[in-house]
Amino acid sequence: MAVPARSVSDPVVEVRGLRMTYGTHEVLTGVDLTVGAGEVVCLLGPNGAGKTTTIEILEGFRLRSGGDVRVLGSDPATADDAWRARVGVVLQSWRDHARWTPRRLLTQLGGYYAPYATPERPRPVPVDELLATVGLAADADRKIVTLSGGLRRRLDVAVGIIGRPDLLFLDEPTAGFDPQARRDFHDLVHRLADLEGTSILLTTHDLAEAERLADRILILAGGEIVADGSAEELTRQVAGSSEVRWTLHGERFVHATPDPTPFVRRLFEQHGEAVAELEVHRASLEDTYIAMVARHEGPDAPAARPLAGAAR
Amino acid sequence: MSAATTARPPAGRAAVRLGLQRGWTEFVLSLRSPQDQAFYLISALGTLVYLWINRDDAVEGTDLTYPTVALPSILGALLAFGVVIGPAYALAMEREDGTLLRHKALPHGMQGYVTGQLVYHSLGLVPSLLTILVPGFLLFDGLMSGGAGGWLTLAWVVVLGLLATLPWGMVLGAVVPSTQKVGTWGMLPVLVITGISGIFAPMQALWGWLQVVAQVFPTYWIGLGMRSAFLPDAAAAAELGGSWRTGATVAVLAAWAVLGLLVAPRVLRRMARRQSGSQVQAAREAALQWVR
Repeated sequence: MAVPARSVSDPVVEVRGLRMTYGTHEVLTGVDLTVGAGEVVCLLGPNGAGKTTTIEILEGFRLRSGGDVRVLGSDPATADDAWRARVGVVLQSWRDHARWTPRRLLTQLGGYYAPYATPERPRPVPVDELLATVGLAADADRKIVTLSGGLRRRLDVAVGIIGRPDLLFLDEPTAGFDPQARRDFHDLVHRLADLEGTSILLTTHDLAEAERLADRILILAGGEIVADGSAEELTRQVAGSSEVRWTLHGERFVHATPDPTPFVRRLFEQHGEAVAELEVHRASLEDTYIAMVARHEGPDAPAARPLAGAAR
Repeated sequence: MSAATTARPPAGRAAVRLGLQRGWTEFVLSLRSPQDQAFYLISALGTLVYLWINRDDAVEGTDLTYPTVALPSILGALLAFGVVIGPAYALAMEREDGTLLRHKALPHGMQGYVTGQLVYHSLGLVPSLLTILVPGFLLFDGLMSGGAGGWLTLAWVVVLGLLATLPWGMVLGAVVPSTQKVGTWGMLPVLVITGISGIFAPMQALWGWLQVVAQVFPTYWIGLGMRSAFLPDAAAAAELGGSWRTGATVAVLAAWAVLGLLVAPRVLRRMARRQSGSQVQAAREAALQWVR
């Protein structure tokens, strides 16, 4: 395929006005999003907001109702097998290949990428190296049916990255991981992004994970992207983003303010050392997320405008 | 899609080769699985016991015993049944458990997957036929009257029968809405067709219109071809029209094969297009509900 030469700064994913309708139910009303080369972008949103739908459209697994979508320079709805070889997908499988072993399955599936190897990106990743990378080396020759849920998810991740993808899609990759597995997985994502230059788009419900992994966070609510920026930028967008707590003569007080320093200074001017148990909290990403989703999906949501833009 | 042609020849061939490997691996794993071993043994044992009980019955109009006539017919029915129901279940299940989706995520993955299915289900015939044939030869006399020519006939009937039925198993697996529906959509009609195809009792015992219906489907013709391979020529007198009707057998089976090979790729492509992660997720949730 004649792939137009891409400069490094060209986005790997570019979506404008993406719409998706199931029957009369409009899930996506106009999604705009961009993922730059080598970027790790996290898509957050409440259940049913259309995160999985969005990802499946970008993967080429689902046909959209409208809008422009370019992924690695092609429209995923019509892209060819050479495009497919550059895209990695981590699936949530549950009982497939029960009689196979991880080593056997990875060897078989990796073979499909061999014709697409290039000097810069040898494909597939050698199986032993891959098993070690995802932490499956000790379980490589067990029947897949005997693997625990966590090990199985590691296998899913291994299948997703065996083709050394330029772009990787992860839909709730750490669901069911224990804390150690989660940390291992985060290290893996950092390694893929930093060492392999893989661009990554993932969805999650774990806000700490999003904060930790993502260069940029997108919040999908009410059928569109309502926020776009780093965790810090998003937090700043929500008014009253800090919370000051104190007690005065045994009575508790809480005050939300975008600017805690002058507030605390005034507090001391007024009450001096009578102010006790003073705490200042910056709003967490979770507070921001809840506030933004409530604004766009709450009962008085329709009039709300997207907050996107601050980061652009 | 014309742009795909540049990358296609090596990658497409590699995918077919991987599919052959996949089919072989699946076959070996199946032979090692106690569940599948039990399936092969129980179906063989049932057939042999049934034949043994009827071992002294003479077949009307011939000097042959019942097992001699019924065994080839049963082999034919097993072939037709196995390669329709087998792939139908496999496809329906693998659509729900994510096997198919994994292949959709691979370059040329569907080609490899379908190749693997064809190989696996074709190979699966070997143990299912041999577990009946080998003990059958030890238990009953005069099973193969045709000699080398008979074995040759057996070979082409098996190959042609496979081509005539296997694609339809794939079609069935691709269109059936869920694994639980394979019973009503697949098992039931196939059993009915087998029942009217002169496997356990001669066709002539049926009403005339039912004989016509049975002769539309491949099962009857595969059974007839099998009998023509095993039985002496004189036994043809007991068939419809008093002949093995070899030409008609080839024509009907070839017609089903051509039609199947035309329809199956289209239906499989449609199935692949519709496959998505949400579909797998929904099936998983339905299954959890099911076991509750």
